[in-house]
Amino acid sequence: MTMATDDAPPTTSKLNEERASAIAAVTRPKGDDLIGRAVTINRPRDELFAYWRDFSNLPSFMDNVERIDILSATTSHWVVKAPAGRTVEWDATITEEKAGELIAWTSAEGADVPNSGRIEFRDAGARGTIVTATIAYDPPAGVVGKVIAKLFQREPAIQARRDLRRFKQLMETGEIATAAWTQKQRDEEKA
Amino acid sequence: MRALTWHGKHDVRVDTVDDPEIINPRDAIIKITSTAICGSDLHLYDGYIPTMQAGDILGHEFMGEVVETGPKSTLQKGQRVVVPFTIACGSCYHCGKHQYSACDNGNPADNQDIGQEMYGQPMSGLFGYSHLTGGYAGGQAEYVRVPFSDVGPIVVPDGLDDDEVLFLSDILPTGWQAAENADIEPGDTVAVWGCGPVGLFAVQSAFLMGAHRVIAIDHFPHRLELAKKFGAETINFEESKTYEALMEMTGGIGPDAVIDAVGLEAHGFFVDNVVDQIKASLFLGTDRTHSIRQAIHACRKGGRVSMPAVYGGFVDKFPLGAFMEKGLTLKTGQTSVQHYMPALLNAILEGKIDTTFLISHRMGLEDAPKGYKMFHDNQNDVTKIVLKPGLAVAAQ
Repeated sequence: MTMATDDAPPTTSKLNEERASAIAAVTRPKGDDLIGRAVTINRPRDELFAYWRDFSNLPSFMDNVERIDILSATTSHWVVKAPAGRTVEWDATITEEKAGELIAWTSAEGADVPNSGRIEFRDAGARGTIVTATIAYDPPAGVVGKVIAKLFQREPAIQARRDLRRFKQLMETGEIATAAWTQKQRDEEKA
Repeated sequence: MRALTWHGKHDVRVDTVDDPEIINPRDAIIKITSTAICGSDLHLYDGYIPTMQAGDILGHEFMGEVVETGPKSTLQKGQRVVVPFTIACGSCYHCGKHQYSACDNGNPADNQDIGQEMYGQPMSGLFGYSHLTGGYAGGQAEYVRVPFSDVGPIVVPDGLDDDEVLFLSDILPTGWQAAENADIEPGDTVAVWGCGPVGLFAVQSAFLMGAHRVIAIDHFPHRLELAKKFGAETINFEESKTYEALMEMTGGIGPDAVIDAVGLEAHGFFVDNVVDQIKASLFLGTDRTHSIRQAIHACRKGGRVSMPAVYGGFVDKFPLGAFMEKGLTLKTGQTSVQHYMPALLNAILEGKIDTTFLISHRMGLEDAPKGYKMFHDNQNDVTKIVLKPGLAVAAQ
């Protein structure tokens, strides 16, 4: 088995075994595509964790999430926009949680897009907090579905990057940047 | 409202479009009283900047009166403000360091992808300058929506005319930052390539920062005359050999600091050469990079290179050897307008900096398409056009 000898995160590895072991490290992994995204946010760790942990907040910056129904302290139902005006749905269960540090989840059986991952929050001194998302997922309808999703900009890797940017904007500035200059334009952007 | 909109190469029109509204809590709506056509607007006009869409409202140098405020704006209705062309949030790490043009949050999330791919990290948003820099509607209009209005716009004291303060929005801070980036020491000789608005403000700024001599280089006689008025010596590169002249004028040493203000018209992210690789390599690119090559070649050993000129892509034959062997330092970047505005407003109030000399034409907003054509066709006499939406259309 070939493993990396450097200090780079396994989500950035060129080695298949290294990436496979990173997926395996996600509690109850679902899927074999891996996304890693880190963003530094100029706000305290606890504040960011608290906002994220209340899943009803997530649609405010996750543009592709239509809604999240909270089912219990650890389970939620997700309705997510898919290409061509469709939606995909799944139930998610929190598999691991450390207050102020980590939220890990996995989708339940029967998910339209099986997925699992972890959001980690680490202190970054005067720069605030480093938020890292590691997501393993099965792209809808395999490779073809992935290409179509990318065309419609709903590809999970693109969405994850943009969602984290919007989370940063919301936490740092209190709002999400938009070039819309009428409310109608803004509504169309979000549609 | 009426607004100057882009429809294609050499096709700008004044259209009726929707009035802007408050979208985010920190927004304000400004009623424009003065807005300038920038040299970089000509690149949009010439169709060189990608991701323009028909109907985009142009303009990034503007000022006006606050007519509406979001709940978190600190502005008040009726205040007169000048608005920075860079859209910065004031609360990210970079804004905290006053690196406003590197703001993490000014550019909408979806628009950041291209900057991230091209440059490694996305840059901030700009008004009226294509969808690469955010797709924000510009200020060549009757009204404009200004995001982050609690950190951007500067309130103008009563008694100052628009013409005295309008250029705080872009070109004055850009010229000032160019001189600051040259790390001028008392007694220095500073050479400035390009006597457009930014070059001319860099000349004034360099003297204020203690330069003993400033040598201005251009080929438009009228622009060289303006530089001369501020005390610069001049080189017209159509009449004299620039490098040879600089060496003789500095006793064989070379200028202590050099400022490349030639590509400055294109202070959006993407100048011609990156947009159209072929055009770039055939003529535009070579012209533009010529000034920075020549500046590095002429600069004295251990000297400083300041580059307010904008380069968007990749450059061939960059004199890396001369740069290393002579031990030069290069500073550059989009202007952190918000950082410089207060001090420069004071300099204007104290009469240390004159900005009104630059304005060659004033016209109403409805005349803007004529203004673009005029500016495009005659850069010797047309140094700056200021549009006044309140001004009546000129008699035909």
